Amino acid sequence: MSQISCPECAAENGLNADIEMNEIIVCQDCGVDLEIISLDPPTVDLAPIEEEDWGE
Amino acid sequence: MVTASIVGASGYTGGELLRLLIFHPEIEVTQITSRKLAGKYSYQVHPNLRNHSTLKFIAPSQLEPCDILFLALPHGESQKSIEAWDDLGKHIIDLSADFRLNSAAEYENWYGTSHSAPGWLEKFVYGLPELHREELRDAKYISGVGCNATASILALMPLIDSNLLDTRERIILELKVGSSEGGATVNPGSHHPERSNVVRTFSPFGHRHTAEVIQELGVSNISLTMTSVDLVRGAVATAHGTVKPGTTQKDLWKVYRKAASENPFLRVVKEKRGIYRVPEPKILAGSNYCDLGFALNDENGHVVSICAIDNLMKGAAGSAVQSMNIMLGFDETLGLEFPGLHPI
Repeated sequence: MSQISCPECAAENGLNADIEMNEIIVCQDCGVDLEIISLDPPTVDLAPIEEEDWGE
Repeated sequence: MVTASIVGASGYTGGELLRLLIFHPEIEVTQITSRKLAGKYSYQVHPNLRNHSTLKFIAPSQLEPCDILFLALPHGESQKSIEAWDDLGKHIIDLSADFRLNSAAEYENWYGTSHSAPGWLEKFVYGLPELHREELRDAKYISGVGCNATASILALMPLIDSNLLDTRERIILELKVGSSEGGATVNPGSHHPERSNVVRTFSPFGHRHTAEVIQELGVSNISLTMTSVDLVRGAVATAHGTVKPGTTQKDLWKVYRKAASENPFLRVVKEKRGIYRVPEPKILAGSNYCDLGFALNDENGHVVSICAIDNLMKGAAGSAVQSMNIMLGFDETLGLEFPGLHPI
């Protein structure tokens, strides 16, 4: 299993072998969405997250 | 089994200790005391323990020797009779503020009265495993922790341990606290029409728990502001400080992640979505967990560190049982593994 480092929090995340381009994964530590932008080598970038209204 | 007795078991902290120890697989609670309630069953005061304990409160004079003597007395009472308590327990864990400070002078400075047993101060280990795990292994006497001090210390611990915080700059801690911090004794401020719905700042600075924070972190430039909010359980410490130049968000992730990996009850809560993005005591009620979060303003180095706990658990009885586990060589998490409730 290949590993990628989260650009937000630097956590190491494992990637499944069948990962695809533009697939969105979630960082196990900080919960951000990460988009696969390259398969060889595996590379991710932060995916846009819509700001949510907390209702506060 | 290890035998334990609780002196002053009718209060909220005593009740939480009893709840934890009844279900602890290595502990047998043999006696509980209350002068006022001697002869009554524990569940008559702690109704959540119905069918789980047939113990009756006894007078302190009826106490017999035990392995662990927990003191859950009002502040100032344990120190008056510490020699007598010592005759009864092989180990003592005192949950009051009496033996938290190392210095009699500091005690007098913050509590406004001289200490009755100053020679005992140095015998006690401050019972916060995140700071004193190794000393607790060899301890005979353990001091409980202040709830607000615990939230403040743990909010700052990752930043100070990693030397990322500029401690020359003032560090401000804003605490929001629930009503159970005031204990089981009523006062005009705890009367329901006066206490409910409050956001009441009752100590802008100079709160006594500040002394513990300064002592334990070794940083003097710290101020705590205390505000009562409409919670029964829970405390949140929001710390404001300045990180050293060049510190990045990823640096902070590393040190908070390290703190959580080294301490079984610390969790990092820093989410980008959902409603629980930052630590919140609501979901910690009844548990020993401490949730930590942070935010960094890259432009000016302003760091905000947030710590949420249940004041009666991680801030009192939970840390005491965790410290006891370490002292007795048990797994640190024994009898404390359960999470809080959601929803609540």
